[in-house]
Amino acid sequence: MNLRSLLSLLVACVFALVSPSAHAQDLHQAAQDLGSSDKAKVQLAVENIAKSSDPAALALLEALGKDSLRIDAAGTPFVAGESNLLSPVFGGSAKPSGALTTPLVDNRLRRQLEPALASLKLGFPDAKVRLEAAKDLAKSRNDDLAGLIRTAAAKERDAEIKTALGLALAQIDLHGADKPLKLAAIAAISAAADASFKPDLERMTGRQGKATEADLDVKNAAASALGVIESRLMLISFIGNLFYGLSLGSVLLLCALGLAITFGLLRVINMAHGELLMIGAYSTYAVQKLFTVYFPAHQDLYLIFAVPVAFIVTAAIGMVLERSVIRFLYGRPLETLLATWGISLILIQTVRLIFGAQNVAVANPSYLAGGVEVLPGFVLTYSRLAVILFSSAVAGFVWFVLQRTPLGLHVRAVTQNRQMAAGMGIATRRVDVWTFGIGSGVAGLGGVALSQLGNVGPELGQQYIVDSFMVVVLGGVGKLAGTLAGAFGLGIMNKLLEPAAGAVLGKIVILGLIILFIQRRPQGIFALKGRAAEAM
Amino acid sequence: MNLKAELLRLLPRNGWLGLGVATLLFASVPILNSVTAADSALHTPDYLVALFGKFLCFAIVAVAMDLLWGYTGVLSLGHGVFFAIGGYCMGMYLMLSIGDAGVYRSKLPDFMVFLDWKELPWFWKPFDNFGFALLAVLAVPGLLAYVFGFLAFRSRIRGVYFSIITQAFTYALMLLFFRNETGLGGNNGLTNFKSLYGYSLADSGTKLGLYCLSALGLLVVFLLCRFIVVSKAGRVLCAIRDEESRSRFAGYNPTSYKLFVYTLSAVICGFAGALYVPQVGIINPSEFQPSSSIEMAIWVAVGGRASLLGGVLGAFVVNGAKSWFTVALPEAWLYILGVLFIAVTLFFPGGLASLLQKKKAAA
Amino acid sequence: MKSRFELMLAGLLAAVGCKGPGEAAPGAATSAAPAAASAAAAPAAATPKASDTGPIKVGILHSLSGTMAISETSLKDVALMTIDQINAAGGVKGRKLEPVVVDPASNWPLFAEKARELLQKEGVAVTFGCWTSVSRKSVLPVFEELNGLLFYPVQYEGEESSYNVFYTGAAPNQQAIPAVEYLMSKEGGGAKKWVLLGTDYVYPRTTNKILRAFLKQKGVAESDIMEQYTPFGHSDYQTIVADVKKFAAGTHTAVVSTINGDSNVPFYKELANQGLKASDIPVVAFSVGEEELRGIDAKPLVGHLAAWNYFMSVKNPENDKFIADWKAYVKAKNLPDGDKRVTNDPMEATYVGIKMWAQAVEQAGTTDVDAVRQAVGGQTVKAPSGFTLTMDAKNHHLHKPVYIAEIKADGQFQVVWKTEGPIRAMPWSPFVPDSAKKVADWTYPWVCGNCTEGKFKGQTSTAAL
Repeated sequence: MNLRSLLSLLVACVFALVSPSAHAQDLHQAAQDLGSSDKAKVQLAVENIAKSSDPAALALLEALGKDSLRIDAAGTPFVAGESNLLSPVFGGSAKPSGALTTPLVDNRLRRQLEPALASLKLGFPDAKVRLEAAKDLAKSRNDDLAGLIRTAAAKERDAEIKTALGLALAQIDLHGADKPLKLAAIAAISAAADASFKPDLERMTGRQGKATEADLDVKNAAASALGVIESRLMLISFIGNLFYGLSLGSVLLLCALGLAITFGLLRVINMAHGELLMIGAYSTYAVQKLFTVYFPAHQDLYLIFAVPVAFIVTAAIGMVLERSVIRFLYGRPLETLLATWGISLILIQTVRLIFGAQNVAVANPSYLAGGVEVLPGFVLTYSRLAVILFSSAVAGFVWFVLQRTPLGLHVRAVTQNRQMAAGMGIATRRVDVWTFGIGSGVAGLGGVALSQLGNVGPELGQQYIVDSFMVVVLGGVGKLAGTLAGAFGLGIMNKLLEPAAGAVLGKIVILGLIILFIQRRPQGIFALKGRAAEAM
Repeated sequence: MNLKAELLRLLPRNGWLGLGVATLLFASVPILNSVTAADSALHTPDYLVALFGKFLCFAIVAVAMDLLWGYTGVLSLGHGVFFAIGGYCMGMYLMLSIGDAGVYRSKLPDFMVFLDWKELPWFWKPFDNFGFALLAVLAVPGLLAYVFGFLAFRSRIRGVYFSIITQAFTYALMLLFFRNETGLGGNNGLTNFKSLYGYSLADSGTKLGLYCLSALGLLVVFLLCRFIVVSKAGRVLCAIRDEESRSRFAGYNPTSYKLFVYTLSAVICGFAGALYVPQVGIINPSEFQPSSSIEMAIWVAVGGRASLLGGVLGAFVVNGAKSWFTVALPEAWLYILGVLFIAVTLFFPGGLASLLQKKKAAA
Repeated sequence: MKSRFELMLAGLLAAVGCKGPGEAAPGAATSAAPAAASAAAAPAAATPKASDTGPIKVGILHSLSGTMAISETSLKDVALMTIDQINAAGGVKGRKLEPVVVDPASNWPLFAEKARELLQKEGVAVTFGCWTSVSRKSVLPVFEELNGLLFYPVQYEGEESSYNVFYTGAAPNQQAIPAVEYLMSKEGGGAKKWVLLGTDYVYPRTTNKILRAFLKQKGVAESDIMEQYTPFGHSDYQTIVADVKKFAAGTHTAVVSTINGDSNVPFYKELANQGLKASDIPVVAFSVGEEELRGIDAKPLVGHLAAWNYFMSVKNPENDKFIADWKAYVKAKNLPDGDKRVTNDPMEATYVGIKMWAQAVEQAGTTDVDAVRQAVGGQTVKAPSGFTLTMDAKNHHLHKPVYIAEIKADGQFQVVWKTEGPIRAMPWSPFVPDSAKKVADWTYPWVCGNCTEGKFKGQTSTAAL
């Protein structure tokens, strides 16, 4: 927005408070103009609407921002709601006549809409709306709304909103000439420790080039505020990295858990493990497609159904592999490695032929999109939070199966001493099949999680296979605790190293450290004790 | 000692005959290419000479892998590292020999110019000397293998654990070489070579020469490995392969034997890499990919681990099939490769060579 | 141990090998005679002699498997479609075009090998191919050695102009610079701070070098530019996006993304999840087009930008026909993903390149590379981008218009800015001191792609040649 139009907006705001009725006609005209193809006309229309105190004005601008505004041939605005149900903006039961145009919204319009919406919302009775508006205004400098913000701040009773409005004012006062206002602004900034003021404070204290602030008091206040902000940033950064490390660790855990079961318990090196992850991800895609075709209304529920489907599909494939190829190769780990590599090539090519070489789109369901800003600058994304919870659940499930079910007991027995277990009457062949099935199924679950975080393509598995092996080798074979320790340890270390060394160098250092660690302790962190464990 | 007896110990009579025939066959390719006219039916096209040269380099790698896996029982899934490093050493020499003839007309290699580097990093400087480059081709992979092997074998890491950490090793180096900051060309690698030791690489004479060198190299490597295999050390290696603990208790030190073979095979791979790069014209970090190293193991598995010839056979058969299928049936190629892996491990654990043995026994 | 059977096997291998792997190839539907004739007619290191009758072989060198298959498969398809169209209209000079498709499988050495095969064994008259700069750089020596002709359709980093290549993709001044200028302008958000994110290889590195020099010229301080690179296939952008937010706090910031291929999906997902709105911190990408958006849920990306010389949503009769033809072709050949297939800039560039080459052959009367090369310069085609594009005879690059567009929720683009008309490419960037002195001019008297002085400088008459 340029200065001239903002000034007129302010004046008009004052006028709007004085004479509401005269503008009702203008509002209708402005609404009609929103559908114009002339960008300047649309801009002017938005300006005019923002001046109005009619509640319809807010509805108009919000719909415009969300891309749900429709203008019919007669110039009457409608809001497109759920399943394209149109409701007229100015009330009544008017039906749309003629063709509907959707106003084109681009970034420039969005940038204009934000402060306009905020200024309209400042007078709202709902506290949540007012808070949101205040926060939006605090994000960037809106000198011409100063008067409006000051009056709103004076009227405001709610403490949180008052602080946010104080920050919005700080944006303006910091660049003003009034010293007490400046000091008050810096105090507000210091109290909130808001990082978006960092560049301004840096310029004032002369961190980058000459100091723009002459007054010593203000400079000192700014310097201490800067110190407060920076220490807060460091803390937030650290917490952030911890979370990112946890989330990376949870991804690694999901990928490696299946491998830990097949490798740890069966001593089978499954190079096709990555492909099982990939098939889990593609199963999720297939379920999503099914829902899009048959149950579009419940689209978001696809993920819930994808979990068992992926588990069953990959477990089945795993069991087929075990019966057909792998059972002939027990006791020959190097051959299993090569044979499963061949299987992985076949699986990749099959998926490529069925689904195409392109990546496929797996959309996050709405409850997993976005995040919550726990601390300024640190967003806890829902998808990664869900993955952390999911991986803990899966680990718990595996633990339960291994420790509390008869099958688990048999599996542990066969792991420790196959001959003895067979001698005790355990059907080792059957146990093998089921174990491999469970391990593959868990890999499928890992694929479901991966589909929410990144790409789904035929080569998905290849990206995670080395990491999965590292987790298993580091954590130690045969114990679940080892895989947990390995996965989370690697994840957190990786993310703590990343800001300093960069993503790639960090990874290389970690790989190097693992190789060195294995020299000192070849059996991994948590190792099985006993003679049978030596059998590798 | 009696020379004839020594030679017969190295290879049986049939073996020498076979070697002679193979040499003739390999020699026929460049001879036919240069001697016969272009439209004669016997003429081998130029691109075939380059292709076969490539295969010969792979065969050298396969022999080294065979020595390590077939005779010592150590499956390394990271030998691509040594092949690639040998290739990079040669590549660095070739890059520096371009001199001013590059795109930017600068003494620095092209990729350094667009990265805005002002001078050659320290580790590049010695590579404009051909002798040093040759030394590096053998020494750098060897040294790397020695250190890695020492750490690994000393801690008694073996079997699948060893294979997995070699995968991690090659993966880590791949990431390192992909970085442009490392100063080795990043994703582009080293390319656009003009000449090798004064001989222009575009000249068909140079190409034939490189082919002959590769064939000669294969011969020498084969005989060297054969020499090791039939010696007393070779028997110890077989013992280590079959029963490591027992050989340790019998008084031999498996660590030093394994380390020796691992280092030797790395040096041989480096040598192969150095021959490979001028023939292909480019070296880049995808040679470090874990899957390339696994393919090397497959050559040996398909050809037959029990004999060195198996390695050579496997390298030619698998790479030949790859070149043919990626033209003829590109979509089926991965299936065929996958089925080959599975079939070989399940039904022909001895590889093609063992198939031929059986036929001979049955005949 | 050695046995007679092994000797025979070795002999068999050598014999089979001598025949060559491509002989039984069903892909190239040639009868034996022209194949043998063209292969035999190819002497060691010279142009394969083009025969004067019968079909004209056209090489298509795109990865159909491996990491780049995702992007390159569509180029192969659109090339085949264009060739079909030309053949249906009677071919070139009455001769049908015969495509020879090879798959270098995203493997750079294999690109060089296949290029050599196309030129020496198949004797193709022209090749349309390559995507990544690595692949182009590895085939360049082959094309220069054997005097072949390559049409390269992808936007790239410039700093090159080869006698044997015609570049139908954008140089940085036809894509990157206009995009940055737009973001600097008030209409684009008035960005003061810049984040340059890229995948670690030559195109992003060189483009960012040029952009840095450009930004410096415009008065942007070093501390206001953040540059970071991630490897191919990198998928964890949490830390990087958080860093961008920190860097951007309090100032208008724009992100210039040269992140390539697969990594775009996790990058955009992270942007959306961490709440980076396009109206606050716009991200303009140079490697994201309609094809890449097909694999992503575009709703969180609404408002982020891309800069190209063509968008599928551009409205004009040529584009309508192009899209209709493409959709019909997809249906007729039953290509995977059917009606979801889209058109994009490199596809349009491939289409324009093939048409220009065909026109040049008609004009020159022969497929001989040297003659066609002279004829391609100056060719014009009314392109689906809505403008008439000209091939510059001097630097072998196409004059192209620039469009800047915002992503819409349905994965299509909405143009927000465009140039008045096509602009001439500057392969040697005027913002980089070393390159600014260089000239790419293959016409007399310069006759070089990369020099500061003309080759025939000072000679006043052609009689001296």
